[in-house]
Amino acid sequence: MEFPPELYYTKEHEWSRLEGDTVTIGITDYAQSELGDVVFVELPETGAKFNHGDVFGTIEAVKAVSDMYSPVSGEVIEINTALEETPELVNQSPYEEGWMIKMKLSDKAVIDSLLSAEAYQKMIEGE
Amino acid sequence: MKDNTNSIFDKSRPGRTGYTLPHLNIQPQDGLIPERFLRRTQPNLPEVSEGTVVRHFVNLSTKNHHVDKGFYPLGSCTMKYNPKVNNKIAQLPGFAELHPFQPSATAQGALRLMRELGRAFCEITGMDAITLQPAAGAHGEFTALLMMRAYHAHNGSPRKKVIIPDSAHGTNPASIIMAGYEVEQIKSNSKGLLDLDALKAAVNEDTAALMLTNPNTLGIFESGIEKIADIIHDADALLYMDGANLNALMGIARPGDMGFDAVHLNLHKTFSTPHGGGGPGSGPVAVNDKLEPFLPYPVIDVKDEGYIFDYERPLSIGRVGSFYGNFAVMVRAYTYILMMGSEGLTRASLAAIVNANYLKNKLREYFDLPYSENILHEVVFSGSRQAKKGVKTREIAKRLLDYGFHAPTVYFPLIVPEALMIEPTETETMETLDAFAQALIDIDKEIDENPEMVKSAPHTTPVRQLDEAAASRKLKLKYTKE
Repeated sequence: MEFPPELYYTKEHEWSRLEGDTVTIGITDYAQSELGDVVFVELPETGAKFNHGDVFGTIEAVKAVSDMYSPVSGEVIEINTALEETPELVNQSPYEEGWMIKMKLSDKAVIDSLLSAEAYQKMIEGE
Repeated sequence: MKDNTNSIFDKSRPGRTGYTLPHLNIQPQDGLIPERFLRRTQPNLPEVSEGTVVRHFVNLSTKNHHVDKGFYPLGSCTMKYNPKVNNKIAQLPGFAELHPFQPSATAQGALRLMRELGRAFCEITGMDAITLQPAAGAHGEFTALLMMRAYHAHNGSPRKKVIIPDSAHGTNPASIIMAGYEVEQIKSNSKGLLDLDALKAAVNEDTAALMLTNPNTLGIFESGIEKIADIIHDADALLYMDGANLNALMGIARPGDMGFDAVHLNLHKTFSTPHGGGGPGSGPVAVNDKLEPFLPYPVIDVKDEGYIFDYERPLSIGRVGSFYGNFAVMVRAYTYILMMGSEGLTRASLAAIVNANYLKNKLREYFDLPYSENILHEVVFSGSRQAKKGVKTREIAKRLLDYGFHAPTVYFPLIVPEALMIEPTETETMETLDAFAQALIDIDKEIDENPEMVKSAPHTTPVRQLDEAAASRKLKLKYTKE
């Protein structure tokens, strides 16, 4: 199972990739493996604003439906429309093609509260 | 000849019939049905002989797993055996041939049965009044929440939120949203019980109600229930019991005495009426005096002239279904209650508890048991130990089918990872319980010795592993002729 070291992680199993003041968000390899085959992803509209910890979408797998929590605060500038037709991308490529949303950061400081790959891995091994 | 055909439409041949109708000896009446309601094309019906129909459905019934065929330990579903006498009574012409539009003066027996059944449910639950209208448990939850909404509005104090624990049935949050409230979820404590401090922190003047299943979905009795009731009632909120697990309590403890204001009953679980694909449900809601004025109308009452449907209820939330509920299901539940008697119902609950604890003790050496104290009628194991060896709970569930058992409920409640939720009910023999426990012990052994056997299961069922993801992603709800 992979946890790319350049990403930031949350306890709720989202990852964030920081590029300038843009953050790409998805769910981790561990999350997709625990959920099993993803059958539907519900994402917000572009322009929606979320604070750190807000529910930004839901993900439905064969065995359960889960909320996804925004790791950062800001405005949604792009969503991964490919997931509408091919939600299995979340299983096949959680860190690349299976990304969920891109947000423009309103508060960069919140990034510091997220987990490193190492800390995240430790957390899930404890589960 | 092995019957592997999927659909009765595949067996259809043009012109083949199972029944010959006599020639129509009256003239078709033009204009009797308005033009716009007349169909232009023939309906797509299978053309088959009577024998083909019978064989088709008999074959299907043998491929299906059902309570009449084998053990069905689906947790929180109470898949007990349904006595056949229930059906015999429901088929009596006086019940089966009633028409919902016939005057109630000509259906006094049916009204009396509904009235007496309602009184029996009130006695079992410790409540004051009841509606028999809701057609299933979730419908009962929704009905009760509408009554609670009407209660708060009537008191001039509309509320916003309904609280549930994180072990709640999925229907609870769905009913809350349907009734126009917000869901507030609170965590269970390390013993699997509602956390009283978390509850105190959550309850305020916006709280409409707490929905609680007791015993909860871990099969554990909420021992703090009296304190919980005080916390809720001190805020003028209401306490709702999801009655899905009533099979643990009959004749032992009553929701009304615990402080609940409303409870739904699942006749298709606790009261031995057919369940799931086997028949329609019924989810009556019993309430105390606080909620009685808000019951859906009509309510059955007794006057000098006999039993009547009372519609003169100004505070009623109105109807929640057409007519009076699933009457034939009520006849079955009434039969069951009279056959069992109060002593029999109590013994049924005691036996259900003994059976679950028997399985708990037979299996706890082999499967993790995160919440183990004071288990009543169902037991929730975790397949975590097996998952670490590479075999997930869903694969164990499929392997059980090869042993001739229905799988338990899996991956619920959500607070138990890799959950296996087993509810044996009171109607199983010790031999069946032993065989089921042995099957799980054997599968645990297979996981060490031949994991592929488990991961590729089922091997003996009419169909093998199904592509559940494709079924959900490309949902097909309608048969189309190819």
